[in-house]
Parts: sequence; structure tokens; C-alpha cells
Amino acid sequence: MREASLDKLKAFLTLLPSMILIGVFVYGFIGDTIWTSMTDWGGTGALALEPEKHFIGLENYIDLFTGFLGGGFRQDLVNAVYYSVMLLAGAVGLGMFIAILLDQKPRGEDLLRTIFLYPMSLSFIVSGTIWRWLLAPQGGVNVLPKYFGFKPLTFKWLSSQSAVLVFNWQDILRILLYVAAFVLIMVGMFMLKKNQGKAIKRWLVPGILLGAVVWVFGGLLPDALFMEEEHGFNLATLGIIIATIWQYSGYTMALYLAGFNGISQDLRDAAMLDGASQVAYYRHVAIPMLKPITISAVIILSHISLKMFDLIFAMTGPDNAATGHPALNMYLTTFRGNEFARGAAIAIVLFLVAAMFIVPYLVGQYRQQGRR
Amino acid sequence: MRKAFAKMLVVFAAALLIGAPQAAQASDLKGDLEIFSWWAGDEGPALAALIDIYKQQNPGVNVINATVTGGSGVNAQAVLKTRMLGGEPPDSFQVHAGQELIGTWVKADRMEDLTPLFKEQGWMEVFPEGLIKLIGTDKGIWSVPVNIHRSNVMWYVPANLKKWGVEAPKTWDDFFAAAEKLKAQGVVPLALAQNWTANHLWESVALASMGADNWDALWAGKLSFDSPEVVKAWELFGKVLQYTNSDASSLSWQQATDMVVDGRAAFNIMGDWAAGYMSTTKKLAPGEGYGWIASPGTTGTFMFLADSFGLPKGAPHRANAIAWLKVLGSKEGADAFNPLKGSISARKDSDLSKYNVYSQDAAKDWSSNRVVGSLAHGVAANDTFKNGFASIMEMFLKTKNPQAASKACAQLAKKAGI
Repeated sequence: MREASLDKLKAFLTLLPSMILIGVFVYGFIGDTIWTSMTDWGGTGALALEPEKHFIGLENYIDLFTGFLGGGFRQDLVNAVYYSVMLLAGAVGLGMFIAILLDQKPRGEDLLRTIFLYPMSLSFIVSGTIWRWLLAPQGGVNVLPKYFGFKPLTFKWLSSQSAVLVFNWQDILRILLYVAAFVLIMVGMFMLKKNQGKAIKRWLVPGILLGAVVWVFGGLLPDALFMEEEHGFNLATLGIIIATIWQYSGYTMALYLAGFNGISQDLRDAAMLDGASQVAYYRHVAIPMLKPITISAVIILSHISLKMFDLIFAMTGPDNAATGHPALNMYLTTFRGNEFARGAAIAIVLFLVAAMFIVPYLVGQYRQQGRR
Repeated sequence: MRKAFAKMLVVFAAALLIGAPQAAQASDLKGDLEIFSWWAGDEGPALAALIDIYKQQNPGVNVINATVTGGSGVNAQAVLKTRMLGGEPPDSFQVHAGQELIGTWVKADRMEDLTPLFKEQGWMEVFPEGLIKLIGTDKGIWSVPVNIHRSNVMWYVPANLKKWGVEAPKTWDDFFAAAEKLKAQGVVPLALAQNWTANHLWESVALASMGADNWDALWAGKLSFDSPEVVKAWELFGKVLQYTNSDASSLSWQQATDMVVDGRAAFNIMGDWAAGYMSTTKKLAPGEGYGWIASPGTTGTFMFLADSFGLPKGAPHRANAIAWLKVLGSKEGADAFNPLKGSISARKDSDLSKYNVYSQDAAKDWSSNRVVGSLAHGVAANDTFKNGFASIMEMFLKTKNPQAASKACAQLAKKAGI
């Protein structure tokens, strides 16, 4: 008993320095950034030795989301959302596909694995520069068909000005509520098999009700903006998404391959004996077993996509609304525009979005531990 | 023996005493001098020429060349800001003359007034009056300009224009007439590159649309940004954009200039570093291989930008920094630096024989034209406005709405304290 508490004390003392350091340099600075984001630090005297700061509450945030001059930020935020979704789908899907192919043990598997993993060792600045040349409007990919006697492509991978999936920011409240209703209904559909009563009561009915209410009374909700402001998925981000998927699918491939190798051969043989086809084996046995790997891949990739900076800087430069990103915007606002409070507010928005990905994961982990 | 030794000592001490003042004349300055700039690569030799002169005059000083690379100082300025906020200023740093200096560092009370230095060196007479007004406020003069670039220049290839049957346009109406002809022949009338070059084009168009007086009034806060003059400028700008290449946002300014050189485009509006690029890199003779004209509607006006160095308060080696500023403002320094950099000297008395045909022409305009400040290069407005303007430009490129752009500018101006 006594020895145990002494051990605990030792462990605590060993951890104390890093706890203090993390407390100050991570949580302390997060707190300081939150504080800064609620001041008006910026403008002409921003760089004075003792800059004047006043507490203004949430004004910076309100301005970012509904202000006249926040249009650039809103476009960047929309870009980041589309960008994250595409990157996740692309890198996880492609990585899994390559891993399944390599799991068939083709000849030269080791070599192929190295080749696919190699892009990860490049820095984003290098791969961004290479991809910028490859995707240039009058070069690289676009002239490829010429070698086969066709006309060169004219697609503007990085400079297209058209957008798809366009929506009006005025309607953002309505759209968010629709999304919430959709999610509720989807969860309900999944739960239907397991627990019918709970699924209908907890998820389906509220979901349908919410959707119906927004559909009927949506007009009563206030507009986020006084004017129309359209945002969408810019086709110019396609080039950047391709480059990122290229760089990160090797990484997810490695994760999945390790997982596939960890599944015992007996299990596979048993599935085959039961008459499962290759497709059925992966669909019903292997991939469900690798759920933790999928989750960690999603977490890692999503925070990478939220921190995206150097690749975009190298490929399309700053001040490019079509391919902009909140992280870039934060840097430019802070260090070029000298608006420190506004930059801090953008940082906090990014922080909250990242938390949206990570907190459910952490909660899930704790619950699992509790169950054990 | 002992006497001899004592004698020798006396002689030695006397020699030291006599020698000391002489040594002081050659170099009374010691210690370090840290120069912070973004001049690397092509611009490195020009900076090295200045440092050479400084070292000749002050052999005792150890010069630290703290260069942070990145065009137009994009990276350097961020590093500088973190250093200044952290209380670790360099001895002297490069900054675009004008509001980029005044609106950021002078307003924050971080710079020393250089008026005494200007008076002592007789610079009040050798620098044009219009320039001194733009780098100073009512409280003082804040930087020493090293070079002058012109922003409102239109470039073309004379032989190509002849082939296409058009002339270099003096007004935007001339340009539109020529542009139709060029379009019919499959030539891009005006080559444009990534986003900052759109800001660069805007200032030339706006200057033509509203005139130099209104332009100055705009930045002095006497003309509001949602006034009809500014809306008209945005309208004209939108019309000009119709004649530019659609892949602009993925090109660098050099690639846009290449379009003109290769005959894919007829004109390009860019600062006169394009002259350096075409003469040095593309080996074209000024006047024959490439031609120039003031951008349409701005003849007689010289829209300038300048690199300059200032003296931050609390510079660790203040005396060394002042000696550095003296080199920058001197005729010798300016004429060693500028021919290498491809710019002209800010001094009215520079030795024109050291410059090429284009620079001589620009120098002539510099001393005779009406001088106004550039927005895209930090003379006319401070960082806050410049940064916000870049995103307004993005909005405009997408929506092409002159009213909304002017209104956004007006809000931004209020925020930026113009």
C-alpha cells in the first residue's frame, strides 16, 4: 500500500515538468489566443511596444461570419470543408484500394510498397512546386494527349473560375439545420436494425420533424447576410486535392496494409471455407475489423487538411479565393494585415473545427476503456 | 640598456598617441551592423555592391547580411514583425517607402526621425520634394530611399505590334479599339498574371480613370471610396479584365511578360523590373526588342514605389546604422546599386551614363512628371488596407460587381484609418 503510493508520487513528479510545460505552452497559449481574439488588437498602432487592446467580446467572430469584409474568410472556410471531405474520401479510399491489391501478395510487393509510400517523404513545398508545373494550363498533364496524337487538354486544374455545388451564405442557418436533420435520419436508419423503438423515438422522428419544420417555416429564420453571397466547390481546388491525395494515399495504404497483415491467416481460411469470395472477405471481415485504423486515418488526415498551408502556398499562392484556406488567411491577416485579433479569431475557428473531429474520437476511446 | 628600453617605450607611446587619431579617422566605428532585407538571388549583387562601399568606409564594422528571401518581402516582413514584437530589432531594415513604413512602424512609434540626417547630408535638395512628402509625415522623415521603380508602364514588342497592325495605346479607348483587332487575330490583348498583378493593374487603371489629383485625395481621406469616381474606376477595370487571359491566376509575372515576348499577347502592364527581366534574362535590347509607354491615360504621371531603409528605435548598433544610411543616400551608393538592380536612383543628380536606355527615359520622367504613390507596393496605403484590398480584389474577380467592391473599399478604409 505504502509502496504503491510512493510509486504514484514518483510517477507524478516525473510527469510534473511536462504537465507544467504543456499547461503553459499549449493550454496557456490557447487561452491567450482566445483572449486576443476577443480584443480589437489591430489597425495602425498594432505593432507598438505597448499596443492598445480593448475587450470587444465576440465582435471579431460575428464580423467573420456575417460582416461585409468577411467574404474571403467564408469562402476559405467553405473551401476547407469541401477540401477535407474530398481529401478524406480520396486518400482513405485510394489507400485502402492499393492496400487490398498489395494484400494479394503480388510479385515485388516490397518494391511497390516503397514506391507508394515514397511521396510522403517529400515536403509539401517540393511536391507543391512539382504539381504546379504538372498542372500548369499550357503544360504538364494538359499536353499529355498530344503524345498520342490528340488535342491537348484545356482544363484549368489550378485556375478554373467555375464552381459546382454552389449555395448562398444567406441561407447558412437553414442549410445547417437541414444537414442536422439529414444526419439524425441517417443515424436512425442505421439503428433501425438493432433497436427499433429507440431508433424511431430518438433519431428518426426528431430528424423528420426538424426537416419538416425548416422546410415549412425556414423563411422565418434570419438571414446570415443582408446580401447574396455564393460559395461553392471551386474546380480550381481539384489540382490541390489531387496533389494531397497523391501524397497521402501511400500513408493510408501503409496503415491498412499493416492491419491486413495483422489479421490471422486462419480467419481468412475460415472465411474462404465458408464460401466467401475475395470481395465478401474484405467487405464483411477485413475492413470491419480495421475500424480503429480507419478512424485514426480519418483523424490524422482531417487535421492535416485543416492545417494545409505550404502546399496551397506553393501551388496557387496567397490571395487566391478559389483555392484559399483559413490557415493561409490567418497568416496573411496576422502578419501581412497586422490584424492580430482577427487572425486569432480565425485560429480559434480552425481550432474548434479540428476539435469537432477529435473530441468525438477521444470520447469514444474513453468509453471503450470504461467498458473494459 | 635599461635607458634604451625606456627610450623605446617613450617612442612607442608617442607613436601610439600620434597614430590613434589617424586610426580613428579611418574607422571610428566598431562592432556589428545587421542589415535586414529580402534582397537575394538576382538582387543579391546590388546589395553586395552597397555593402562593399560601406566596408571600405568602415573597415572596423562586421556587417551581418540578414536576408529573408521571398519576392516583395512576403516572408521577410512576417519575420521582421515577430522580431520587432519580440523586442529584437535589426540595426536597419528594408521596407517599401510610404505607408507600409509610416502606417505600420511610424504609427506604432517604432522608428527614429531622420530629418536631422537629411538636413546634415543636404538630401532635402537632392531628393524630389514630392518623394520627401510621401516618405515623411508632419512629425519627420522616416526612411532613406535607395531606388525608385515605376509602376505604371505598359510593355510591348514593337515588331509584333507592326505585324498585327496596332499601335501602343495612349488612352484606354485606344486600347479597346486595338484589343478588338487583336482578339480577331487570336492574340490576347493584355497579359495578366496571379493576383497581386491584378492589384498592380488596378492602380494603373484607377489612376487613368480618376486622375492624379483624385488619386492623392483618395489616400489623404478627402475622397471617399464609394464615390462615383471610384465606382467608375472599378467599372473600367472590369472592362479591361475582359481582354486578359483566363489562366492568369496560375502565372507568375515573368510568365505574363513572356507571353508578350513570345507574341502570344500584345501588352502587359508591370513595374519596370520587367525591363530588367527582358534586358538581362531575355537578352532583348531596350527600344528595339521591347518597347514601353506610360500605361493608358497616365502620361505625365509617374506612379512610384521605392525600397528604403529606416532606423528602428532601440537599434543595437545605432551609430553603425546611421553610417549605413549615409551610404544609401549618397550619390556613390545609389549609382553603384541601381544599375545592378535595374531601377533608377531617387536622387535628382544621378549619373545617367551608368544606366541603360529604358532607365534613362524613366529617370527623365522621374524628375519632370507628377509623382504619385503606388497602392500595390505599399506607398499609398498601410498593411491593413493592402491586405484587405487583396481579398476585395478576389471578390471582384469573381463577382465583377463595381458597386460592391467600392463599398467594401470604403469600409476597409474606415478600418485602416484612411
